Amino acid sequence: MWRRCPLGKIPVMAATSTAIRLRQGLAGILLLGAFGVALGLASGARLEPADFTFNNGSEVQTLDPATITGVPEGRVVRSLFEGLVVKHPKTLVPEPGMAESWTISEDGLTYQFRIRDTARWSNGDPVTAHDFEWSWQRLLTPLTGANYAEQLFYVEGAHEYYLSLADSDAPDLEWSTVGIRAVDDSTLHVQLKSPTAFFLDLCGFYPLFPVNRGNIESAQRDFPGTWKLEWVRSDKIVTNGPYVVESRRVNDRIRLRKNELYWDADNVAFNSIDVLAIEKETTMFNLYHTGECDMVDHVDSKVADILMQREDFNPAPYMGTYFYRVNVTEPPYDNVLLRRALNLSIPRKTIVEEIERMGQVPAYSLVPPVLADYTPVECDHEDLDRARALLAEAGYPDGKGLPPVEIHYNSSDAHKSIAEVIGDTWRRELGVTVKLRNEEWKVYLDTQNTLRYQLSRSAWIGDYVDAFTFLDMFVSGRGNNKTGWANAEYDALIQQATLEPDNTKRVAILQSAERILMDQLPILPIYYYVDKNIVAPRLGGFEANALDEHFPKHWYWMDDAELAAKREHLPPGKKLVDPHGPPNGQYSPAEMRRRAAAEGSNR
Amino acid sequence: MDGKRRFDFGAGELERLAEEAREFKGESLWQDAWRRLRRNRFSWWAGVFLAIFMLGSFLAPVFPLRSPTEIRTERANLAPSFGGGDLNYLSEFKEDPTNDELDRAYWDLSFIDHGLLRMRMAIFKRWQPDTILGTDNLGRDILSRIVWGSRTSILVALAATLFSLLIGVTYGAFSGLMGGRIDNLMMRIVDILYSIPFIFVVIFLITFIGDRSTELEDKGIDREFVFYVVIGAVYWLTMARVVRGQVLSLKNSEFIEALRVMGASTPRILFAHVVPNILSIVIVYLTLTIPAIMLFEAFLSFLGLGIEAPKVSWGTLANDGTTAINPLRIYWWLVVFPAAAMGSTLLALNILGDGLRDALDPKMRGKD
Amino acid sequence: MIPFLARRLMWFAITLFTVMFVSFFLMRSVKGGPFDNERQLDAGVQATIEAEYHLDWPMWKQFAQYVGPLNLDDDGWFGEGETEGSAPFTGVLSGDFGPSFRYRDFSVNDIIGQALPISMLLGIVSMMWALALGISTGIASAIRRGTGLDLSMRLAATAGIALPNFVIASFLIILFVFLVPLFPVAGWGRLEHMILPGFCLGLVFAAYISRLTRTGMLEALSQDYIRTAHAKGLAPRTVIMRHALKGGLLPVVSYLGPATAGILTGSLVIERIFFIPGLGSHFVNSASNRDYTLAMGVTILYTVLVYGLNTVVDLAYTLLDPRIDLSES
Repeated sequence: MWRRCPLGKIPVMAATSTAIRLRQGLAGILLLGAFGVALGLASGARLEPADFTFNNGSEVQTLDPATITGVPEGRVVRSLFEGLVVKHPKTLVPEPGMAESWTISEDGLTYQFRIRDTARWSNGDPVTAHDFEWSWQRLLTPLTGANYAEQLFYVEGAHEYYLSLADSDAPDLEWSTVGIRAVDDSTLHVQLKSPTAFFLDLCGFYPLFPVNRGNIESAQRDFPGTWKLEWVRSDKIVTNGPYVVESRRVNDRIRLRKNELYWDADNVAFNSIDVLAIEKETTMFNLYHTGECDMVDHVDSKVADILMQREDFNPAPYMGTYFYRVNVTEPPYDNVLLRRALNLSIPRKTIVEEIERMGQVPAYSLVPPVLADYTPVECDHEDLDRARALLAEAGYPDGKGLPPVEIHYNSSDAHKSIAEVIGDTWRRELGVTVKLRNEEWKVYLDTQNTLRYQLSRSAWIGDYVDAFTFLDMFVSGRGNNKTGWANAEYDALIQQATLEPDNTKRVAILQSAERILMDQLPILPIYYYVDKNIVAPRLGGFEANALDEHFPKHWYWMDDAELAAKREHLPPGKKLVDPHGPPNGQYSPAEMRRRAAAEGSNR
Repeated sequence: MDGKRRFDFGAGELERLAEEAREFKGESLWQDAWRRLRRNRFSWWAGVFLAIFMLGSFLAPVFPLRSPTEIRTERANLAPSFGGGDLNYLSEFKEDPTNDELDRAYWDLSFIDHGLLRMRMAIFKRWQPDTILGTDNLGRDILSRIVWGSRTSILVALAATLFSLLIGVTYGAFSGLMGGRIDNLMMRIVDILYSIPFIFVVIFLITFIGDRSTELEDKGIDREFVFYVVIGAVYWLTMARVVRGQVLSLKNSEFIEALRVMGASTPRILFAHVVPNILSIVIVYLTLTIPAIMLFEAFLSFLGLGIEAPKVSWGTLANDGTTAINPLRIYWWLVVFPAAAMGSTLLALNILGDGLRDALDPKMRGKD
Repeated sequence: MIPFLARRLMWFAITLFTVMFVSFFLMRSVKGGPFDNERQLDAGVQATIEAEYHLDWPMWKQFAQYVGPLNLDDDGWFGEGETEGSAPFTGVLSGDFGPSFRYRDFSVNDIIGQALPISMLLGIVSMMWALALGISTGIASAIRRGTGLDLSMRLAATAGIALPNFVIASFLIILFVFLVPLFPVAGWGRLEHMILPGFCLGLVFAAYISRLTRTGMLEALSQDYIRTAHAKGLAPRTVIMRHALKGGLLPVVSYLGPATAGILTGSLVIERIFFIPGLGSHFVNSASNRDYTLAMGVTILYTVLVYGLNTVVDLAYTLLDPRIDLSES
């Protein structure tokens, strides 16, 4: 080719090729050096595999029990801290935790807790009633920024105290006006404002967990500007639960180490637990499948039908409802007839059977039907003819004249599919035009909060086992109402329910409130949640329950014998899979002794 | 370099060169490029493939396919199968659907698409093939989604690329031609813009605009249009740099100097010599930019910020498909076909781009 | 060289300030705040938290506080007098990027300190692999232009820019994890964890490098000094490796700056799929979480890296191509 160059200049050869080669070599050496350094950095952080690894679905916001609200945070905090009571892993009935016993007065207003003598912080200090008083005062201080401060408002004077502190103009009330008092180191006295049937449940709910005063105060002293993140550092945080934090890396894992000072440490089996923060469903399932993760908190519904055949996937209903909020403040959605027409034509069966596919149940009420004492009040079931009639009655025969229905949802495959299916049905059956509005998470939240939507995808998961955690949400003006719906009768009923000491009557009142809700339909219920945990078959001590809350302190690896015994009782059609974990199992020290004793006596 | 040596040729050589120069006269740069492109088999076929593909994607409504948005959950996740017949095609329509009814079955279509859909009904009546490439988790036809998705993807890529080309070339050429302080300043501005992580900017712009979509739609600007502009606005920087660099090196090169000495006018130098010279490198970057934008669109789909349902694009299809890949069961048709469509198009674009580069390179004129 | 660097430094300061300014106000103009949550906070609590992070201040003051170095807090420089323990200096200029709003137990410095080495390692692995593949295929296809080898090399190199990397990653996982179990499926810490993600991440860049090398080599091979080198009777190998390559690699060198930056921000997909706690995911996550401080932190880091790398590239350019004179413009 070069031979045929028609015109040309005689080049001046650069005589610096050696120098350049030297430089290139230098660049190579630098590159290798950087590689080595990085490799060293990476391998320095290498961890031995933990006894148990589970995926938490997302990186936790913080480990401070007072300020968290999310499910992933709850999972970690429940293994780090312990409240006055702990929940039974299956029934969630409160059992002695930090408090070894308690008494409740006849009128249900006075609680007296006795803190157990063996309760210790991970730094060796005893856990006292004063710790609880201090922690609860902290929760009721607006500066703490506790999202769940309201869970203590059932206590005498607590709400007033909180408001007086929040309002800079009003004089601050004394702490002594609040009905929380440490009588002595081991006695905590709590005076409630109204008989709150679920107050004991609340004592096992993370906002009411104690935090270590010395831990926080020394951080405040040493790091005045940044103490909020200093006291929770892995090397500083003091906990009172079955585990302590060994190390943390953002978007990677939290390594938990067994707390040997925990009062019930004898019954804790795993010495270390890794909590992963994988967000992508495919990735978490792949890790589980290859045995590097032993439990996954949710799965993609696209594989649901296969998973349902496996022994490690047993979705069970829990206290969660998926629904659409309707902004009732603006026409045409202020018209209840239109809301009813839309509600009657939601293809719930298709959604649960074709999209969700894990045994979810079509929802016709806000409160899920998993409570022993509360039967939800349902709205009308699907009826397309009635829906069309109602739509005509509302002034939009065959959808004519109705502006496009906009469904807002936050970016996610499942939400998109559900909105697509509902939109498709409304288009075909009602003749209305439907627009889907996919919004980025924070914008979606903002749209909901500022009522700039028509229909918006929502969900609610119960905080404690009571219908109140759902129904309280739609009292007019509540922060979580987000529909603009206000109904005086409903508000009165909810208020009445808080004052009613008799549970049967209270339930009846709550049911009449839900009846109003299901008649007025500021929300369109779609389906009730099931938990989506994939759990290694060998894991023992893991129970499905109404809140989908799980307690690592009870977990252990079964040995082959126990696993085989468990597999005897598998429902028909379930396929066996890799059980994970060691064949000999891993049991708590107490269990080991029991087993050794049993073996000895057999001999 | 001294000038003495340059003309130090023998007489015979000069004669031959003059001959060669005369040969070139009859042919413009473009004719030459066209001829050479035709000779490059691979590039030629890549171009033909792309042309057919573009035409097909424009004519999507004419094909006897189900609506890409039509959900049939009872036919979900079907593997590819062949056959055909009256498969509920447009079942909810009367014989002569109104535009409203068509829009409901698809989305807000243009009048051209309405016409094309009517043409299709006239040609194929109610016949349509079976779900040749299978169905997705909502029972939508994958073939139809790929064909309709190609429209979105191609439109995004073309619009955004043209937009970036327009800004980039103007900016770069201006900067390079001006030289000196202005050039310096303009390039520093590009540097600054380069230094903002553009993913970050795009996310905020899309969020910002998505939030105001209702107001924008009232003004006749739809969300997709903004989407193109945002992406295009991000991709012009490289183009500007490359063009500027080329202009600068040409400006300092001897043949431009020679032209100046010979008294050629500035416009002549610019259009007859500079533009063809930068064109090759612009085209190379263009063929890199179109695929890059298509990939970027897919990336946004991965983040859930892509094209809005019910519309489809290859990016959303590829993303939906990859979630169907797992060790338990592989719905391979959900990912293989969209990936094949996307891959073959981008591959063809790249091959065509290389071919164009070779064909347009002025240094290669008359040689092969 | 020294005036060049001084000028660069000045422009760097201007750039950094502009980037900070633009990002800061761009971020704040978007709906939603860092403390918006699905469970709506009590308005009072929300206000308290926002006040603590000075989100209630006027925008200019927040920006000034963020940039530093003077602490504008009431307890700080201009306040009613310093209370004990409050820092007189704050903000980026004092090296403090503030606390993260989303990962509230960490400061931005902590997070970057954890993620940057991981991203660097992943970046180096993928860049080395991209350079090796890209340059070799680029050279080969330039020399054997128009042949089957050229085409197959180009096809191979184009694969990386013909498919989204999440698709490639999914295929590779099925192939090399489940069908032929060679590599771990995800995670970070051991050498074998880096191979698949490094490969996927590098593939895009390999494709670009290969094209640039081919283009550059073709350009270089048509230069006269190559003809001279051939005429001098040098072996074709020497001509290509020693003379043509030098000019041919110039486009690649100029691409390295943007490419390295691209690897940092572009690793998001790979990080998500392979569960790698690197920096890439913070670029997107901090934006969608409205984690203002973390977003600013990674943006500033990115700016510093891009600017630094581009300066290095420009210096390398002068070393490789004597025709370019830095002091000229």
